[in-house]
Amino acid sequence: MQSLPVKKTVFPTIFNRTSLSYFLVIALLAVFGFTQGWNYSLSIALMCLISALMTLGVNIQWGYAGLFNAGVMGFAALGGIVAVLLSHEPVIEAWSASQPWIWSFLFSILVSVLLGYAVLKLIPKSRARYWTITAVSIVGFLVSRWLYFQATPLIEAVNPAGTGFLGGLGVYDWAIFKMLPGWKIVGSFIVFLLGGGVAAAAAYVIGRLTLGLKSDYLAIATLGISEVIVFFLKNEEWLTRGVKNVVTLPRPLDQPVDLIRTDGFQSLVGGWFGPNYSEEQLRSAASLVVKLEYAGLFVVVIVAIFVLAQRALNSPWGRMMRAIRDNEVSAEAMGKDIVGRRLTVFVLGSAVVGVAGAMLTTLAGQFTPNEYVPLRFTFLIWVMVILGGTGNNFGSILGAFVVWMAWVQAEPFGNWLMNTLVYAGSSGEYRWFIGGNADLAQHLIEVAPQMRLMLMGIVLLMVLRYSPAGVLPERVPGRA
Amino acid sequence: MENVLNALIWLTNFSLIPAITYGSQLALGALGITLVFSILRFGNFAHGETMSIGTAFTILFMWLLIWLGGDLFPLSIGPIPIPTALLALFPAVACTAAIVFLTDVFVYKHYRKKRVSPTMMAMVSVGVMFAYAGFVRVLIGVEERVVSDLDRADRFIFKATELKRWARDTENFSWIKEGVSLQWNQAYTVVLAAILVILLFWFLNKTRTGKSMRAFSDNEDLALLSGINPNKVVVIAWIISATLALASGVLFGLDKSFKPYTYFQLLLPMFAAAIVGGIGQPFGAIAGGYLIAFSEIFLTTNAKKIWNYVAPDGWEAASNLQLLSTNYKLAVSFIILVLVLLFRPNGIFKGRVI
Repeated sequence: MQSLPVKKTVFPTIFNRTSLSYFLVIALLAVFGFTQGWNYSLSIALMCLISALMTLGVNIQWGYAGLFNAGVMGFAALGGIVAVLLSHEPVIEAWSASQPWIWSFLFSILVSVLLGYAVLKLIPKSRARYWTITAVSIVGFLVSRWLYFQATPLIEAVNPAGTGFLGGLGVYDWAIFKMLPGWKIVGSFIVFLLGGGVAAAAAYVIGRLTLGLKSDYLAIATLGISEVIVFFLKNEEWLTRGVKNVVTLPRPLDQPVDLIRTDGFQSLVGGWFGPNYSEEQLRSAASLVVKLEYAGLFVVVIVAIFVLAQRALNSPWGRMMRAIRDNEVSAEAMGKDIVGRRLTVFVLGSAVVGVAGAMLTTLAGQFTPNEYVPLRFTFLIWVMVILGGTGNNFGSILGAFVVWMAWVQAEPFGNWLMNTLVYAGSSGEYRWFIGGNADLAQHLIEVAPQMRLMLMGIVLLMVLRYSPAGVLPERVPGRA
Repeated sequence: MENVLNALIWLTNFSLIPAITYGSQLALGALGITLVFSILRFGNFAHGETMSIGTAFTILFMWLLIWLGGDLFPLSIGPIPIPTALLALFPAVACTAAIVFLTDVFVYKHYRKKRVSPTMMAMVSVGVMFAYAGFVRVLIGVEERVVSDLDRADRFIFKATELKRWARDTENFSWIKEGVSLQWNQAYTVVLAAILVILLFWFLNKTRTGKSMRAFSDNEDLALLSGINPNKVVVIAWIISATLALASGVLFGLDKSFKPYTYFQLLLPMFAAAIVGGIGQPFGAIAGGYLIAFSEIFLTTNAKKIWNYVAPDGWEAASNLQLLSTNYKLAVSFIILVLVLLFRPNGIFKGRVI
């Protein structure tokens, strides 16, 4: 048998589009490091990493299966609140102050959910089941609502300025971990995992409701659930502290202030800067080291998920997903369970987003529900996915880095641009079109940061129009 | 009996009138969404931002009018005051329609020609949403703006206290303990919504263009075969949708206030209304709008006062009787959406399935 001619490449494969664009991104980060400081550059990089994980999750849904999830924000927020509920120390006083009520409230929810499930499983589908379910949910709702009114004021009255909520499980203080070396890291992995798990559970419910329908209701339903989740987090003070924010979360890694005090670190800095290092150098070095540690932690998680995602994409399962995405009818004719597979992929993608949300809260050490706005947490992630390359995991990560850097740098750039547009020269003279109207000039300066929304819209539209495959297009194995 | 009537008066004042007003606003918005759904066949995520843009233009023109006219505004016809925003609405419609038209030419037209999937179209509308969101925030800023320029005293057609005073002084009505107030904005909302809906139905059912739009929505290929110009149909659908969005946005602003983020959040109840009523069914969108508004407001009503009127002596409630706290208004529309998707996926009025 004649062997196929081997295609010879001029450059070795290391110089391809993917690697070159990655080099470019790293070079850009280095430029930020040299011009704006390494601490700044590293914090951008950390946010890029978290965004990269979110884009991976969205790419699993959109790139692999063509599912439009307009509720990324909700799943990220769920991951975030799980991080709070696991890592914050429990507020024992709040538990004991609301003693009988809080337990009966939680118990009543559990009982109504279990009862509903039992009715669903035990009674065959009929009018009777329909009414029983309705009755169970209404009675369950009213009872738990009444208990809720008894319990929550008691919880919120306990030290409202400091805690005022139930607190979490204090995972970083568990005795079982303290025996292990690196126990806090293990704790953080538990946090990430459970963040993903809770997001996956929410995704399962939404997916079950909408994926079986003919029309594409998924986008609207996910948009809805994400808004509802964030509203819940903002308003349930007894659980999340609401808009009072949780600010001092225990962290898996030492804070810079703690690091400075250790002798090992001081001798390390002495090695870098010579024995006469300044306080300033010590502090910035500590902050740099902590950021690098977080970056290492995140990279481990991302690489693990990336490898799994990549293997899934190149497996028969990935092939099936592409078949479903590209031609639903023929995939169904081949006997594939389209609804079931879509549900799987939707749950998996949302779980990855949840992990990213947990990482974000862990990194920030605080949880501020007001920060969760759809333009930033849902639709910006979409710009990253589309720009990077739909269906290509390398592309998604690239998109996350590029778009996040643009998003961060667009704000100072927009300010500078507006200032040069409004003021002629450095003397504070307005340009002609302002007409000496100080209010207009001030308005223009104030709204300058909003221009980046327009920039993102135009970028998204341009990519969709002129390069719909993105910067790094999807590569299907076995096809040139 | 008198207690029941008092409870009903209270309910009218605090739930019924706000629900009708909000329902009219939602209905107008949902009509725009359903129109785009049926003609262009995708869920328009930029609809909330179209509302924002329209309202922002209206506010700018309103400021211009007030600046030009000085004390002349707000105008009034006899005892009826006219909020200046309702006058500024007309030039704003032209601006918004122009923007939407340009968006169609530069953005959507390309994808229509390529006949991409509805999901892809929705993705494109996300890009448009971003651009619009940036535009409206650059245009008018992110702060809350007051749309109604009526004085506090002029805002009411009649006040609750007036009704109470009248009842107290009138012999046979002295049992009335509750009052009803009605604002001009609320009356304008209902009247303007009714006019727009009647105009829309007249247009869709009686005019040649409207009929061609319905034909296009029923069966695109057949409509094309019978010589209907698709570009004209689409452009008109966009302009009507934008006009309805603008009217809805201005009325919402008159009723409450204007803030870009709030308008984005109206997207969910409007989508829910369109789906609940049946996608592509104008009647359904209206019914859905009112259904969502009534559920939102009645489920979050604090029924303590009603209960205390009708409850037997000694059973009065001391604490709040509220099924859901007011913060969960948005959740109500989501729950209704989910229930409808579960039990009647095509909506109440059997809409089309894209």
